[in-house]
Amino acid sequence: MATTSTATASEPTRRDFLFIATGAVGAVGVAATLWPFISQMGPDAATIAAGAPVDFDLTPVAEGQIVKLFWRGKLIFVRHRTAEEIKAAQTVNVATLPDPQDDAARVKPGKAQWLVVYGNCTHLGCVPLGNEGAFHGWQCPCHGSVFDTSGRIRQGPAPTNLPVPPYTFVSDAKIQIG
Amino acid sequence: MSAPSTYVPKSAFGKWFESRLPVMGLLHSSFIVFPNPRNLNYFWTFGGMLAFMLVAQIVTGVVLAMHYTPNAKMAFDSVEHIMRDVNYGWLLRYLHANGASMFFVAVYVHIFRGLYYGSYKAPREILWILGVIIFLLMMATAFMGYVLPWGQMSFWGATVITNLFSAFPVVGETIVTFLWGGYSVDNPTLNRFFSLHYLLPFMIAGVVVLHIWALHVPGSNNPTGIEKKTEKDTLPFHPYFTVKDALALVCFLMVYIWFVAYTPNFLGHADNYIEANPAVTPAHIVPEWYFLPFYAILRAIPDKLMGVLAMFGSIAVLAFLPWLDTSRVKSANYRPLYRQFFWLFAVAAVGLGWLGAKPPEGGYVIASRILTFYYFAHFLIVLPLLGLFETPRRLPGSIAEAVLGKGGSASAMAAGAAQSPNTKG
Repeated sequence: MATTSTATASEPTRRDFLFIATGAVGAVGVAATLWPFISQMGPDAATIAAGAPVDFDLTPVAEGQIVKLFWRGKLIFVRHRTAEEIKAAQTVNVATLPDPQDDAARVKPGKAQWLVVYGNCTHLGCVPLGNEGAFHGWQCPCHGSVFDTSGRIRQGPAPTNLPVPPYTFVSDAKIQIG
Repeated sequence: MSAPSTYVPKSAFGKWFESRLPVMGLLHSSFIVFPNPRNLNYFWTFGGMLAFMLVAQIVTGVVLAMHYTPNAKMAFDSVEHIMRDVNYGWLLRYLHANGASMFFVAVYVHIFRGLYYGSYKAPREILWILGVIIFLLMMATAFMGYVLPWGQMSFWGATVITNLFSAFPVVGETIVTFLWGGYSVDNPTLNRFFSLHYLLPFMIAGVVVLHIWALHVPGSNNPTGIEKKTEKDTLPFHPYFTVKDALALVCFLMVYIWFVAYTPNFLGHADNYIEANPAVTPAHIVPEWYFLPFYAILRAIPDKLMGVLAMFGSIAVLAFLPWLDTSRVKSANYRPLYRQFFWLFAVAAVGLGWLGAKPPEGGYVIASRILTFYYFAHFLIVLPLLGLFETPRRLPGSIAEAVLGKGGSASAMAAGAAQSPNTKG
């Protein structure tokens, strides 16, 4: 290199061209090859297909009961709230909550007795125990997060409320999740 | 690997082979004539135990993989099949499961040995960092191995640990989905964990080769912390240290086999004999004992992201240790203050381990916070300042002088070393 550099300092050589051209094609090739290897880590077609909406009949769920079901492999709580629990969820000063959210924004209009939330703690994914904790909503056995009767985080390390999955009321007694 | 090879093949075939692939010469110079400091004590035998345990885990693991089924519907039953049906399957599985624990016992002694005698200091920084990388790989391997039986602890351990990555803003959820290969821990997660659990030990083996290579450039540190200078300071690896390592290894294996034979489930959790159920979390989920100090640090911090960063930081800080410790003296034997702080740190680390097994409430949380603070303070405050304020004791002129006193003759040295090589340990 030392001997040729003086002669070719101003003008690129054929080797410079080949180096850059090969390097550029090689970089594209590496990126194109890497993509499938990364993409295969994501959810596969069968897993996504299993995310088709599911219907759930609310009729057998008694007042005060919490039912667990799965959608897309994720646990979902369906809670038939009592009048007392609804009242407790609605009368909180929202501004004082770690993750401020009105109870009305977490249930469907006119269906305040039905709370549908994901059943994995937003901290590290354990399943909180129903009707436990200071707010009689849920308490997580792993790291002590406490949720209220609206599934909102009240105490402990969880950063956010239990999220509400996408669902609609097909009829008064049936919801469709997804 | 740094010592000049004195290997002369005896047979004609040996000469023919050595001139084409000088591997026997490499082994001879590395593990037969390699000059070790003559004063190494028994804390220097844990490296050999670790090498043995890595091989033992690979051998038992490869055999277990011949009988195990990495499928969410069949994994739990296939482990019971190993325990009940496969010839000596119970033995192989208990060897592997308890082997993981013994591997960590040895690695923690090995790490604390390095901390006490300043083995991370120049010229061994790269050697130390390679060790930290091996430790991280071991933790990843052990974690994924624990998921494979697909019991309740497997499933919820996997859920909690993978969810750690959801703490990172913006990309967290995507990372977790890509770790799982779905929207929760499920069959794709088990499959990839099995694949990686099989892969990582071989990566560990690769880094171990680099670790030994980096070790053999300056040679082992020793209880005095001063470097070997002349041949008088050293003894050949064989037979002095091969025998010493072998004796310590056999004692270590007796403890290992005692666990396997008499109380094989002592270090495990009964909940892991219940098949994974994604709808129910066990009342008390705790990781394996060797993760407890880090788990305590995670739980000590009330913020999710900060807790995760503190947990990873508690291991990452080890990699910076060579530059955080400002003292020029290596061995705690000659550092009166560091010696006390070392034991305080050891107590804090064990205390965190104890707290990690307790429920996260009340006084346990407060104690975890104090000890977590002290853990980091040891590295970030105590060690940098100690080097500036501490007055070390006078160092001996050489390793030989430390072992034998100034007047020892050459013959007395060999005899003294053979009789009590670790009197200064």
